[in-house]
Amino acid sequence: MISGTKAMKTKTKQTYHFGMLIDLDRCNGCGSCMVACMSENNISFRPDETDKQTSITWMRMYRISNRKPFPDTERCFLPMPCMHCEGKESGHSPCVSVCPVTATDYDRNTGIVSQIPSRCFGCRYCMVACPYHARSFNWWDPVWPKGMEQMLNPDVSVRMRGVVEKCSFCYHRYQSARDKAHLQGRPRIEESDYQTSCTEACPTGAITFGDLNNPQHRITQMVNPDRNLSGKPRNPQVFRLLEKLGTNPSVYYHSSKQWVREVSDNHIDDKGRS
Amino acid sequence: MSRNTRNSSDQQLPGSVRLHALAFMLGFGCLLLIGWVAFPALLYKNTPQPLSFNHRLHTKIADDGCNSCHFFRKDGRFSGIPGIETCRACHTKVETGGDSETQLIRDYIAKTVEIPWQVYARQPDSVFFSHAAHVRSAELGCETCHGDIGQSAVSRHYEENVMTGYSRDMEESMKMDDCANCHEETKQDGASAQTDRDGCFICHK
Ligand code: SF4
Ligand code: SF4
Repeated sequence: MISGTKAMKTKTKQTYHFGMLIDLDRCNGCGSCMVACMSENNISFRPDETDKQTSITWMRMYRISNRKPFPDTERCFLPMPCMHCEGKESGHSPCVSVCPVTATDYDRNTGIVSQIPSRCFGCRYCMVACPYHARSFNWWDPVWPKGMEQMLNPDVSVRMRGVVEKCSFCYHRYQSARDKAHLQGRPRIEESDYQTSCTEACPTGAITFGDLNNPQHRITQMVNPDRNLSGKPRNPQVFRLLEKLGTNPSVYYHSSKQWVREVSDNHIDDKGRS
Repeated sequence: MSRNTRNSSDQQLPGSVRLHALAFMLGFGCLLLIGWVAFPALLYKNTPQPLSFNHRLHTKIADDGCNSCHFFRKDGRFSGIPGIETCRACHTKVETGGDSETQLIRDYIAKTVEIPWQVYARQPDSVFFSHAAHVRSAELGCETCHGDIGQSAVSRHYEENVMTGYSRDMEESMKMDDCANCHEETKQDGASAQTDRDGCFICHK
């Protein structure tokens, strides 16, 4: 609660609110976003990556189905990064509000939920608090096959054993974009200056990334968020996962199919019935 | 009661008080020596730089002062330690013929080998520092963080903390507290929901 009250005071100062829109009509489940994310963010891997209890991924591909028998069966792929929850009041994200050491934080200037692994001491409260399973724990120190450490991204610090990590919206790219803007004497960064790795990698262009506070950005035009309702989308085909929890995610999905939109809230209607 | 008793016995033995005081001063001196001399000598590993670089001379001669060798790239990144090609641009032929220059040309430029400088200001891997933000937008001078290295005539030894592996310079003037103090005073954005100070990833990666 304390962070919530503090947050409200300065809410008006927010300049950017970065968000992501994933078009499920376009996503074909190829997994390019996952690969791009892993290599961009120096994500370590295990000898056996099929064991999903111990493997780490910041962008996870789910496959959902309408559970109807043939010939009405339909499937849909659902890529899930961290939702960068804003919470009801700016900054009261589920994970941020439980971290005892400020290792994870909500940034009111960007809407990014940051994770500083070198500060984390591995209590894993945040993993329990996160309703989206967006966080992973490092059970081992990363080991890179010989020569592969030469290919690590110098802009992203490698994590050690005993800390939690998660999608950062590639904020090192935001840092680089700001570097460039500072050098050129521009006060703000442009839409094209800062795009996440998964957005660039998606071959079908299913991912749109941008500033939800900027009406010129493509994402804002497609989502048309209602700021009075914590950014709830006005576009009827756009939705957020577990909207009713009030986590206020910055990641939106688009689907033309009714059943897909219903899965996003576990088919629970407004009266709480499933 | 007990204090009175001790006082009176002290008065009876002024010689032993002097002895105690002497022992105390000796012990105090020893500990100071250990703390100021022995411990740092053990804690910091001293290594000379591969070459001695004369900043004072270079900044006088180079066209663009510090910027001649330490410059911004177009994408906003800062090229901190100059590569050997930057040296070659001026040292194609012998300029002064000093020991350092001879060594530079013979061992590095002729062989096109980078000089393995030990960087006094090298930060831990988890730190993101934007030179563009500080030098261009905030208009801070280099010496604000790097001290008067631009005036030095020789490269002093690199001192590495053997426990942390970090440079002593960094510990003395470039700690997280040093950054945080300045950010607190100038109140950059106060965007953190947890602390109302600047967001963590302004300086971390
Ligand atoms: S999705 Fe999970 S980790 Fe990400 S901001 Fe929300 S609660 Fe935190
Ligand atoms: S695991 Fe780390 S980031 Fe998560 S709550 Fe604990 S200290 Fe904070």
